Amino acid sequence: MARLNVNIGALALKNPVLTASGTFGYGLEFADFVNLEDLGGFIVKGTTLDPREGNDYPRMVETAGGMLNCVGLQNKGVDYFCRHIYPRIKDLGTNVLVNVSGSDIPSYAACAERIAALEAIPAIELNISCPNVKNGGMAFGTTCEGAATVVEAVRKVYHKTLIVKLSPNVTDIASIAMAVEAAGADAVSLINTLMGASIDIERRRPHLSIGTGGLSGPAMKPVAVRMVMQTARAVKIPVIGIGGICTTEDAIEFLMAGASAIEIGYANFIDPAVSGKIVRGIGQWLDSHHVSDVHAIIGAAL
Amino acid sequence: MAYAFRVKGHFFLRRHASAIGINRYLCHIQAIKHTMKKYIKDLTVHAAERPAKGYTLLKLRAAESDTLPPMEPGQFVEVRAGSASDTGLRRPISINFVTADNSELWLLIHEIGARTRALGKLRKGDTLNCILPLGNGFRIHAEGARVLLVGGGVGTAPLLYYGRRLREAGCRPTFLLGGRTAEGVLQGDLFARYGDVYLTTEDGSAGERGFVTDHSLWKGHFDAVATCGPKPMMQAVARKAREKGLPCEASLENMMACGLGACLCCVEKTKTGNLCVCQSGPVFNTQDLQWLD
Repeated sequence: MARLNVNIGALALKNPVLTASGTFGYGLEFADFVNLEDLGGFIVKGTTLDPREGNDYPRMVETAGGMLNCVGLQNKGVDYFCRHIYPRIKDLGTNVLVNVSGSDIPSYAACAERIAALEAIPAIELNISCPNVKNGGMAFGTTCEGAATVVEAVRKVYHKTLIVKLSPNVTDIASIAMAVEAAGADAVSLINTLMGASIDIERRRPHLSIGTGGLSGPAMKPVAVRMVMQTARAVKIPVIGIGGICTTEDAIEFLMAGASAIEIGYANFIDPAVSGKIVRGIGQWLDSHHVSDVHAIIGAAL
Repeated sequence: MAYAFRVKGHFFLRRHASAIGINRYLCHIQAIKHTMKKYIKDLTVHAAERPAKGYTLLKLRAAESDTLPPMEPGQFVEVRAGSASDTGLRRPISINFVTADNSELWLLIHEIGARTRALGKLRKGDTLNCILPLGNGFRIHAEGARVLLVGGGVGTAPLLYYGRRLREAGCRPTFLLGGRTAEGVLQGDLFARYGDVYLTTEDGSAGERGFVTDHSLWKGHFDAVATCGPKPMMQAVARKAREKGLPCEASLENMMACGLGACLCCVEKTKTGNLCVCQSGPVFNTQDLQWLD
């Protein structure tokens, strides 16, 4: 059996498969379908300093090869997470990461600081790329200065593994990645959803309550693979690939594009058991191709 | 039915529960609510019937060596229309009926989109990948309770299994089923097995002419109301129930992706904030929703 373990900064993953924030709840929702211990880890939904109600319904519409969503970071706030959710997920036998978001620099830092105090959370994924909130979110992730400023502020208070989730809604994602690397990020994950819109032609109105949303699913995969390649060439820190991964072959493609690990998002909705299947699938693929260590294919296509 | 997405289920209102003295029962049920194991199963189409134009009734069974899990009325199933390599989203379909021996699950499909039409093409012997059971079902009332079940269009679907379970619990279900025309009222003969059936149609082609809330039946005495159908209809039923001082449960069908409480897309505004219809519902006590104020 091929070696599957990879490191993201100081974070050791038993295999390169994570599940993406906002698609896997707090893990427990999937415990009937996936042996959570099998995963490299999972990333819990976007958490903010204060509770957020999110956007109005409707929040999703299916589109060709994927879906648009405008959830808008609905969550009960970091204190609720620490008090009520963390105790239930801290001993699941896998890495539990928290996706951290904010509306301004102090709220990002304060939220990260609270999570830092949680012993069993080895890393955070800093979300500077949510397309569905008015303040913060993607606003920080679309300029090198904005991205670097948030990362520097969080780096000061957060000393475990800091992953920064990047937006694809930019001209040059590699330059943003380099800016957050210089600001102290341990890794980057990409891509968050692509901004899109869809019109209900009978009502002559957008399908989504706020007019636009983020596209996820296999429709976005080629864009994500391209951006992972560009970023992996530009930075020295590990890259985590995200974007429409539905099968083992999709995951292998991202690894070859330069990703040291991958996140599964949309596919969890079609098959809640898919993440465990892809863990096993990567091992089988490597074995059948006589590859003894997953590192041998990471960046193989670059 | 504006959407191809249909869900059904249940939710208990603490306030109401204590008012009728079933707090202990409520706690018991909520414990069940959180421990009902969910499964992904390839079910076999045992029969595919056409009860009316544009509708398919799928009668599903577990594979030979397998069984169906326990299911509550009002819960739903996320079905995968298309092949295993199809990357389209699942569709939530309410549980229409479960046979007494738990060997057969019925799903009533209204074919209004590409995926529901694909479901309509399934034939005996085909398999359908299902995640089940999902959400929380309707309340099973105490023996002797007179429960009015109000359905509109394909929204009548979950009320059939609910009616069976109420009947078994010793309740007296009365069905009030509405449609645009007589053809739009499905499974009337089956409902009659479990209680009295009254109809309304907008064109007067069956039962009383008008909407379900106009029916003379409302003059009668009931202990509780349950409803499923288009949202404006359910809201009108909820108002009617409140006028009469009756507790009312409604089963919502908000568009959803995961069905598991993970994507947070199917939210409904409630008095305690946005809640996922798939996980906190799909059946809500209407007093918990922001419908009546």
